[in-house]
Amino acid sequence: MAALLSILAAFILYPLARVLYVAFAGEGGPTLSHLFAFFRRPLFREALYNSLLAGFLAVVFGSLIGLPLAYFTVKYDFKGKIVLQTLGVLPLVIPPFVGAVAFQLILGRSGMVNLLLLQYLGTTVPFMEGLPGVVLVQTLHYFPFIMLNAAASLTNIDPSLEEMAQNLGSYGFRLFRKVTLPLMMPGYIAGALLVFIRVIDDLGTPLMLNYTKLLAPQAYLRITTVGIDDVDGYVVCVILVILSLVSLWIARKYLSLSEYATVQRGASGSSISKKIGGLKLFIVLGISILILGISLLPHLGIALLSFSKVWSFSMLPTAYTWGNYDEILFRTPHFVKNTLLYSLLAASIDVLLGAIIAFLLIRGRVFGRNLLDAITTMPLAIPGVVLAVGYLRVFYGWNFPGIGKPLTATWFILVIAYSMRRLPYTVRACYAAMQQIHISLEEAALNLGASRRRTFLKITLPLMFGGLIAGGLISFVTSSVELSSTIMLVPKMEFGPLSYGIYIYMQSAIGRGPGAALGVVAIGLVAVGTYLIHRIFGGRTGSAFRV
Amino acid sequence: MEERGGRFLLKAAEVHLEKVSKCFGEVWAVRNVSLHIRQGEFYTFLGPSGCGKTTLLRIIAGFVEPDGGEVFLDKEAVTRVPPWKRDVGMVFQNYALWPHMAVFDNVAFGLREREVPKSEIKARVLDALKKVNLEGLEARRPSELSGGQQQRVALARTLVIEPRVLLLDEPLSNLDAKLRLQMRNELVKLQKDLGITTIYVTHDQEEALTLSNRIAVMNQGSVIQVGSPREIYGQPQDPFVAEFVGTSNFFPGEVVEAIPERLLVKTQEGTIEVAIPENFWRGRVGEPVLLSVRPEAIQLRLPQEEDHNKGNRFLGTVKTSAFQGPLVLYEVELKRGTNIKVISPNPKGGEVFRVGEEIAVLFETQEVTIIPAGSGV
Repeated sequence: MAALLSILAAFILYPLARVLYVAFAGEGGPTLSHLFAFFRRPLFREALYNSLLAGFLAVVFGSLIGLPLAYFTVKYDFKGKIVLQTLGVLPLVIPPFVGAVAFQLILGRSGMVNLLLLQYLGTTVPFMEGLPGVVLVQTLHYFPFIMLNAAASLTNIDPSLEEMAQNLGSYGFRLFRKVTLPLMMPGYIAGALLVFIRVIDDLGTPLMLNYTKLLAPQAYLRITTVGIDDVDGYVVCVILVILSLVSLWIARKYLSLSEYATVQRGASGSSISKKIGGLKLFIVLGISILILGISLLPHLGIALLSFSKVWSFSMLPTAYTWGNYDEILFRTPHFVKNTLLYSLLAASIDVLLGAIIAFLLIRGRVFGRNLLDAITTMPLAIPGVVLAVGYLRVFYGWNFPGIGKPLTATWFILVIAYSMRRLPYTVRACYAAMQQIHISLEEAALNLGASRRRTFLKITLPLMFGGLIAGGLISFVTSSVELSSTIMLVPKMEFGPLSYGIYIYMQSAIGRGPGAALGVVAIGLVAVGTYLIHRIFGGRTGSAFRV
Repeated sequence: MEERGGRFLLKAAEVHLEKVSKCFGEVWAVRNVSLHIRQGEFYTFLGPSGCGKTTLLRIIAGFVEPDGGEVFLDKEAVTRVPPWKRDVGMVFQNYALWPHMAVFDNVAFGLREREVPKSEIKARVLDALKKVNLEGLEARRPSELSGGQQQRVALARTLVIEPRVLLLDEPLSNLDAKLRLQMRNELVKLQKDLGITTIYVTHDQEEALTLSNRIAVMNQGSVIQVGSPREIYGQPQDPFVAEFVGTSNFFPGEVVEAIPERLLVKTQEGTIEVAIPENFWRGRVGEPVLLSVRPEAIQLRLPQEEDHNKGNRFLGTVKTSAFQGPLVLYEVELKRGTNIKVISPNPKGGEVFRVGEEIAVLFETQEVTIIPAGSGV
């Protein structure tokens, strides 16, 4: 327990505390002067405003896309529904910064669409310039969070609640507005806030699109260009943490409200989806295909780019090649190798810590249980940039005992960052798995003469195995495409993982092909991982993507 | 609604079902059901779970469209009318109270949908809550109410719109035993006061027998027998009814002699004499029949005890006895191997027959019910 707490303290609490300390430390004690200075700088004010706006717009547009899809797939029964549900989750499979590159190809200044426009209308539309580009990419990447949460909420609504309203004379849109919508609200708001947090914390997309007037890129730029002692960078970090904390707190509040809508579930076995046909089916399918078609474009774009030799100022690549894969698999294989190594290590650490923490939280009556719970949830509210800044602050230039050099000079700092950032998900997966094991199953083993250790090994562990694997997979998948803390923490080019490789390659025109090939590998990793998680979690996949 | 001598008379409707059928996949949930439910009647669909009673109720409410047949409310065919236009009030088994609305808003919902003026809504909601003894809880949320209170809110919410028919889907099943009894009495009183046509779905035979004017016993999607509680219990027309409503002992046999008011049936255990109403028996001698005798209609005696009643008398052995306070339950094996159940009131002296004891079994001729052949156990 003590060892566990000290690990968590060293790699979660202390770095965060140091960030706070720098931001609030004055000459002679704590001060708010740095904070005030932040608000006096027009650039920072603009960055804050832009971040909030981006988050807000991504939520609005994400809702416009996600809510109808959620409603269609839950409430209507039609052919191709399964396809729709599956395709709806696919945007999550492509890391947003990879999506950003793909959208550049399609909608960018010299992308497919603008070339067409130029050819036929003699004009171009700056889809991808500045903030609109960032919002576009993030909306199309994150709307599944809204869709999944809203759909889960809708599914959980007891059908008799709606039937009762019909019985009393309500129907159609009135029924939706007065009964269905209020009941699905908590789940929807939780999903929306999750999108909001992710958008504000996202560093990769703005960097890829070369738009830096946002909070996360500002923090990154201050620390990497001005220097590790620049106070402004830390103040930006504090603002990021506050925004995350507030959103997370509201989301939690609403989610706890959602439970009451499902408390009184009865044995009503009626199906809530109704068959549709004719015009209605046509409209539903039309809208769905349009939305999904657009959001799946980047997958296509990246795949094309990864096989292209020359693709510039033309609709489609003018020459194809295997060379890009050759490059990333044989000439610079370390990106893929590193990713597999780091993610696997991070996932193993997470599973180990997750299982122990879950066990302590459920069965333990140890002192400090609430503290443990609080600390393990904390990484959810710490943006990757902030954690990375904290690590740099704490470990940079300080020879770590036993290694003889600073921790930030080794690749292991990346593994630590990944494992700490994903720990809440693994703990939750293990917790859920263990919660389903009734204590009597363990007591029965104890009663038959098995020791506590044997009971844990023979009964508890096998029963929670599925949860452990799922937790590990979530950690693995998300770590393998993690960019925001990676960019800041990679000590040397050779230690860089896949996401870093994509970032570096994409800086130059020649590198775009190999970068895209790496992107395809990333998509493949995430797709396989997500599929496996779905297999293990079954219909409860949504629970892996919750706050 | 008009008020007459303190009684509210609702526009109660009669309900006709014409050959209604519904198939779910391969299974007949409801099969060719025709029923006539009279105005103001308390009518119960009784049957085991999965017998189709809830589906039938949902067909009347409009949530399920039948594959065949018609539903009439007062001569008007409503089979294809959507649920929100039927004016048929339903109370769900789980109450289905909206958690995001206070009690007042829950009850006011149907009135608001009907665009009743605000002032009238308030008066009617308060009146409905008063009828179910729930004054003063208007501002509460459903989650702050007990199960019994939730049940009353659900009832008030449906009654306030003055529906033409009241549908109750196992409304008491989520209450504890004591509360169930109390609500049962209140329901009967409320239904009588309002005079509303009520259809009640339950699997609990005791509830059905106490509450109903008439009962339709259902099994596997079909209505097996319709009748008053007394008819259903006293003259089951089918072994399923006899076994499901209460419990019974069956004797398969063959008619050997039929004379007015008396029938002799040859069974495995010997000849059983059956008293029958005049002109009741239309069958022929030699026809196979099934006899049913209720356990509480059977008396046990010591074998040597003389008995002057002219009834049916057989010898047997006590196999099990279970003391239940006011009653003692026996299983008796008759001489030729038939096992029967017997329920005896507990005698004051506490005299109970012991397992293995030889005894005589007696039942009077009018306690035997004939179940027509072809319906075999």
